[in-house]
Parts: sequence; C-alpha cells; structure tokens
Amino acid sequence: MSEYKKPTTEAEFAANFHPKKPLMSDTEAYYESSRCLYCYDAPCINACPTGIDIPLFIRQINDGNKEGAAKTIYESNWFGHACGNVCPTEELCEGACVYNNSDVKPIEIGRLQAHATDQVIRSKKKLFRTGKDTGKTVAVIGAGPAGISAACELRMLGHAVDVYEAKAQPSGLCVYGVAPYKLTNEEAVEEVAYLQDQFGFNLHYNKPVSGRADFENLEEVYDAIFIGIGLGGTSTLGIPGEDKKGVMGALEFVEVLRNKHHATPVGKKVIVLGGGNTAMDAASESCRMGAESVIIAYRRGPEEMGAYSFEFDLAKKSGAKALFNVTPVEVLGNGSVTGVKFIRNRSANGKLEPIASSEFVEPCDMVLLGTGQGKQVELLKEVSGLALDQKGRIVVNEHFQTTNTKYFTAGDAMNGGVEVVNAAAEAKKAAHGIHSFLKGK
Amino acid sequence: MADLRTNLAGINSPNPFWLASAPPTNSGYQIMKAFDAGWGGAVWKTLGVPVVNVSSRYGAVNYRDKRMVGFNNIELITDRPLKDNLREISEVKKRFPDHAVIASLMVETKEEWHQIVRDVENAGADGIELNFGCPHGMCERGMGSAVGQEPKVLQMIVEWVKEVAKVPVITKLTPNISDITRPARAARAGGSDAISLINTIQSIVGVDIDQFVPYPIVDGKSTNGGYCGPAVKPIALNMVKNCAQHPDVNLPISGIGGVENWRDAVEFILLGATSVQVCTAVMHFGFGIIRDLKSGLERYMDEKGFATLDDFRGKALPNVKHWEDLNLKYKVTASINESKCIGCQLCYTACEDGAHQAIALSSDPANRIPSIIDENCVGCNLCSLVCPVEDCITMERRDDGTEHLTWGERTAAGNIPKGFNDELAGGLHHWVPEPAEALVKKKPRHYKG
Repeated sequence: MSEYKKPTTEAEFAANFHPKKPLMSDTEAYYESSRCLYCYDAPCINACPTGIDIPLFIRQINDGNKEGAAKTIYESNWFGHACGNVCPTEELCEGACVYNNSDVKPIEIGRLQAHATDQVIRSKKKLFRTGKDTGKTVAVIGAGPAGISAACELRMLGHAVDVYEAKAQPSGLCVYGVAPYKLTNEEAVEEVAYLQDQFGFNLHYNKPVSGRADFENLEEVYDAIFIGIGLGGTSTLGIPGEDKKGVMGALEFVEVLRNKHHATPVGKKVIVLGGGNTAMDAASESCRMGAESVIIAYRRGPEEMGAYSFEFDLAKKSGAKALFNVTPVEVLGNGSVTGVKFIRNRSANGKLEPIASSEFVEPCDMVLLGTGQGKQVELLKEVSGLALDQKGRIVVNEHFQTTNTKYFTAGDAMNGGVEVVNAAAEAKKAAHGIHSFLKGK
Repeated sequence: MADLRTNLAGINSPNPFWLASAPPTNSGYQIMKAFDAGWGGAVWKTLGVPVVNVSSRYGAVNYRDKRMVGFNNIELITDRPLKDNLREISEVKKRFPDHAVIASLMVETKEEWHQIVRDVENAGADGIELNFGCPHGMCERGMGSAVGQEPKVLQMIVEWVKEVAKVPVITKLTPNISDITRPARAARAGGSDAISLINTIQSIVGVDIDQFVPYPIVDGKSTNGGYCGPAVKPIALNMVKNCAQHPDVNLPISGIGGVENWRDAVEFILLGATSVQVCTAVMHFGFGIIRDLKSGLERYMDEKGFATLDDFRGKALPNVKHWEDLNLKYKVTASINESKCIGCQLCYTACEDGAHQAIALSSDPANRIPSIIDENCVGCNLCSLVCPVEDCITMERRDDGTEHLTWGERTAAGNIPKGFNDELAGGLHHWVPEPAEALVKKKPRHYKG
C-alpha cells in the first residue's frame, strides 16, 4: 500500500515529489562545509568521473568564496548544478568520503555542489571568458548533457557552436527523464540558460537532425560535428499483449510526468517490469502519484538488479513491492491491460530457467516497461562511414573521434547509457579532440 | 566524594569556579543568578568613577563552524553609579554569605583608592581585586594596564590599598608585558595577598574587508581591544606557570584565560592556580555551564583519589623544565593503527610538506593507508595532531630508557655544535630529499599547474 495520496493540485504534486536533496541554506552549507577534512588526493575527487576538486570547492564555500567554489565545479563539469542534484553521489563522491570508514555521515557533497552553483546561476555571474575566435564552426546535435558540455568547452576553445535540439527544451534527460524529486525542469533549464548566456553558443530548438540529407547539410556548413543524441525510446519486450492500452515505457512515463505533473494518468495497480534505475524511478514515481499498489517485477534476484541499492530502497520506502525471479510471458487484457502473466524461474549456472507449471497472473491496470532504452541505430546509419559496435554504440578512438573523422561523440550514444556526469566528463574530452582535429586542418 | 572548597589567601568559596570581573558580573541580579546556579565566587565588574561606553563593543574569532574561539571587547569598567553597586553587593552577601564576592577596583588617586576600598569592605566584599590589566580605554587615562606595565607604579598603588584594606587583596596582572613575573614580584613587594592572571591581551580581532575597518566597528572606526576566550588559554597557562614557579612571587594565584570546561580548570590548578575565573564561556553559554565544570572536576578528583584541591595544586610544575634540561636521548616515532585509519592522508601531506618527509603512500592506489618511514621520523607529533581519528596515530617510545643526556649536560661537556658546518649538527645525517625531486614527485591529478 502506498502512503501517498493521489495529487490533484500542483501543491499536492510538489509535496509528494519533495526534493530528495533540497537546496541548502547558507547556514546549512556553512556547517556542512566545516566538516570536510580536506583529504590529500581526496577519494571523492577520484570517484568523480569529471574529477571536480571537491575539497577545494567545499573550502571555498566555507571561507565565503562561493563564486570561486562554483568556478572550481564548472571548470571540471559544465553540468555542475544538475550533477549536484542527479548524480548517484552515494555511489560516487559521497560513497568514497573517508568519513564512511569511521561511521561518520559522509559530507553531503552533491547538495554543497548544488548550493554553490545555484548562487551563480541566480546571480547570473559570468565566471569564464570564451576563447579567442578561431574562425572554425562546430555543429552539436542534441542539447543534452553531452551536447551542452561539448558546446561550452568548444566555446572556451574559441570555436563557434550551433546546437540542434529535436525537442522544445534543452538539457535532455535532465528535463525529460530524471525523477522530479531529483531536479526540477526549471533548475535544469536555468543552468543551460546560464551557460548559454556565458558562452554564447546558438541553441536551435525543434530542429531534429533526422536523415542523411540533414547530416550532409551539416557536413557542408561546419568544420566538425558532435553527436550528443543519447539513446532512443524504451525497448519492447517481445511478448504478446504489449500493445494493449495501459502499457508504456518507463522513460516515456517519466517524460509525461515531468511535464504534466499531477495531470499524468497513473493506474491503480501498477506493475513495473525491470530491475534498473529507470524501473526504480518509475516505481517510486507511481507510488507518489497515488497508485494503490506498485510492484517491481524482475527476472532475477535482488542482488543482480542493475539499479543502485539506494534507488531500490527509495522505491520500497515510497511503497513499492518487489517480485523477484519472475519473467513476464504475456500482457493480459481486452483492449486495456488487466494483468501480467508471469512464470517463475530459477537460475542455473548463471542462466535463467523457467520452472514448469509455475505460471501465475498478477492483476494490474498499468504496465511500465523499465526494460532499457534502445539505441538510435537507424538514425546513426545515415551518417556515412560511422561504425557502431555490436550493442549499437558509436565506436570512437581515444579523442572521442568516430570512424567518420569529422564526427565526434560522447554520452549515452557512445557509452550505451550511464550517468549525466559521465556524459559531461566525456564531452569535455571530446571537445578537446575536436580542437586538436581543427587545429590540424 | 571530592571536596571542592577553596581558600585563596583567606577568601573562601564553596568551589574554585569564580566569575571574572566582566559583563557577567555587572549587577547583583547576574551574580545572584550565578550563585544560585552553583558558582563559587564572583569578581564584581570593576568599580570606579563610572564610564560612558560605546555601542558595538565585542568582536570574535570563529574557527569554521565554531563560534567565539577568540573574543575581544572594548567595553570599559562599570558605567553604573558606585552606590547602586555597593547596595547590590550587600544584598548578594546577605543572601549568599558563604560565596565569595570580590570587588574589582580601578581609580586614580590615593584618596580615591582609600575611599573605595573602605566602601566595598563596608558593603561586605570578601576581597578586593586591583584591576591593573585592562588594555584599552582605561590605560590611555593612566589606569589599568598602564599600571600593570610599570612595576614601580603597581607596587605603590598596592601599598596604598594595603594601608587601609582589611580583606585580602588580589592584584590582577596584564599579559601585555614581556616578563609577567616582574609585575607579580612588584605586587608581592607591595604587600598583595594574591595575584590573578591573565587580563585580556591587546588585540585587533579582525578587519571588515569591505569597509576597511577592524572589528568591532563604532561609526566606521575601531580601536584595539582586549583578547580572551579559549584561544588565549595557552598564553595564560604559561604565565600562571611562570608566576607559580618563580621563588620571589610565592603568592596564591587565581587563574584566568580561556577556561571553558573542567579540564581547563584542572590544567590551571595543576600549574599552580588556587581558583579559576571564567568570563567568555559564560558570555557564550550562560551560567549553566557550572554544572559541567563542577561535575567534571569532581569526577576527575574522585578518579585520581584527590580529596581536596590542595592534593593536586601545582602537581605539573616540577615537570615544566627549561629546554636545556630535556632528555635528548628520548626517542619516539609515529605508529599508525591501520584498523583505525580512514585513509584521509592528512598525516602524509602534513609530514611531506610541513615536516620531515617521513610518511609514505602505498604504490597501490586502492590502499590509502599511509606508512611511517621510521628512519626519517623525528618524532615531532605533527601527524598524530592532524589525524582526525582518536588514537589512530600514536607516538611510540623507541629508546630503551637507559640513557639520559641534556643540552645543558652536553654544553658542560663541550659536546655541542659551535661552527656553522659543525659535524655535531643534529640534522647532519638526517635524510633529506634532493631539491629537484620535488618537481618529479607524483601529484594528485587535480593539482593544476
């Protein structure tokens, strides 16, 4: 039973989706930053994919130099504010904090990071100067974490940048795919606006790059092209009944939720299929939307789930139940979904084996597929000479250059789907790859 | 059960915890409240010709999230009429006859001294404290620390006071002087029954970096103040020790300076103090801290088997020596308890950059526990001081305790370095890396430039 009442107003929605890491006040930031030990070669830095000098920025917050703190953060990570909110800090910087070794609560690095960056975003203080104009132009496809990070870094290096975004808003999954209790749309959009104001890249919305002709046009106009398109929609399961009304991808559900808030339709009995972080998000969110029961169904045992344990814990705390070692075999219903038929299975030598005659039906009126995002293979095939690996990821060299030398890439389209912070880290390096490539021309 | 009763030069109090002459003793109301809470004595806010104070009077030194580790004031002596103070002294003594009420005094002429001593005695004061310490405002008018810094003047005024005083006289000393025992000896020569120290240290507590004015700010301007609070305790302890050890001082001491908890009080008593006076801690946390001060002191005494304060007064004094009397053969080196180490590597960077390059890191980046390079360790304690984990780095004795040789003995034997490049230099065979090694040393990846 979920503890949440179905939200009917924006205020009720906001209450149910209260931020997991609320913005710190100045006082809270001061006291929390006082606790940092300023470790040598700090493990938190080494755990951060973007290598932010965390003890330095915490010290800067503590001694009243918040602009300096924000600059330290942005120097390493152009999505500093978003990452402070959405990063799985429990697994990264905060998980590495040495306080964990002495049963002391680790420093709340993510919240301190969001605090410092929030100050400069709100004051619109420009912290960086763009590089001297090189006369070169770069097209960036996709205004998500990878694309925007690449655009910022390219501007630092003096190249002109046009960003082409298929949707009406920037920030990619930060606006369309992250749970609302992690980051609000306003926060995500404001950070991009802050960066755009500072770096002066051009952002073109509702401009999808959708075929060979589009790519060829870009190739003609620009000296280099950065692909930051991320992944595609949720993959299908390939079982009967998947097309019934009430079945949708978990990611697509989050996108509706992010933009329609309490007006998002949610079932009374929701089954979420999958064991990844998106499945956990969808389960937590369904609970917060007032679903009477939410069941996470996963083919294997809890220890094999792809989700971080803290995300599973959050889903359980929100009211979700879990069913392990079950495989969905059919979505039942007459037009609309009425249930899912599962078969129980056991694992033998790492392989799943169905247990004969163990089928059962779990009734529901909504099914969310947390079965992972597909790759945008069809679109990428339109780029001539662009090699993909077996899993559909774009192949790159150490400079993040693809097999078509004019194209560079980073983020989910290249790494197969990791965190915002990974995209930010890679895109920065890719921009330097582009810079070397353009200098050599 | 420990007996906390205290007798300082004939001034009796139920425990050694007195309020120092300062804002917490500005009125009979405050002192009654303090005695009711359990304080043993109070030195009344200095009486004299009432002053006029400025608005904005205090400044503080904060250390990270800890407020007021240092505290500074530019407030002067009492600004209340003498008759009001005298009436309140009588009321307090009537209500609390067993508690010590000491009147702090500061006036100019001999006649004034004689008059005010008689007045406070008539009001019932158990003792008198001569304020020769205030380092701001009053000293510019020839009082306070201006007296404390001139032993001859100090002695003369003590003599004036002793001409009429029937109750014990305590002389309060200023630390704004190079040798604290000089005014202490002058106080004794003048007939003082006890000394109290330290008064506040002349200070500028900080500067407003936007307005370009030191704190506290009075209409865009400031002045030096008197510094006190936990940060001054080490200076106070040293001066108390100097007075306690000097054979020509030989007076009971009321210790003052940064006392905030029972442990501070024990330290003052171990170095020779009879009572301790507290101000900043009360201004920060209120009179209620007396409960902790008393219970902590009682527990300590019971644990050590000390029945009275006399049982441990000055017990640390024989162990405070001149540097040249310390044993050069004593050797300790650091030892890291690996099961307690949390891997912050503060010891490594402290030793590497601030000491003797005697701590090594593992070549395996996954192992963050540093190790001591025994042959380089000089036993300086730095690593154990920066370590954030209690008892993780300990200093272990390495010599066998059979040898004892001091600098004084070596000097007597002519066995000390004399020339600039003497073979006897202590660091001659101590390992030091070549300067250029600094530039090739592996750095953390985020160290830019």
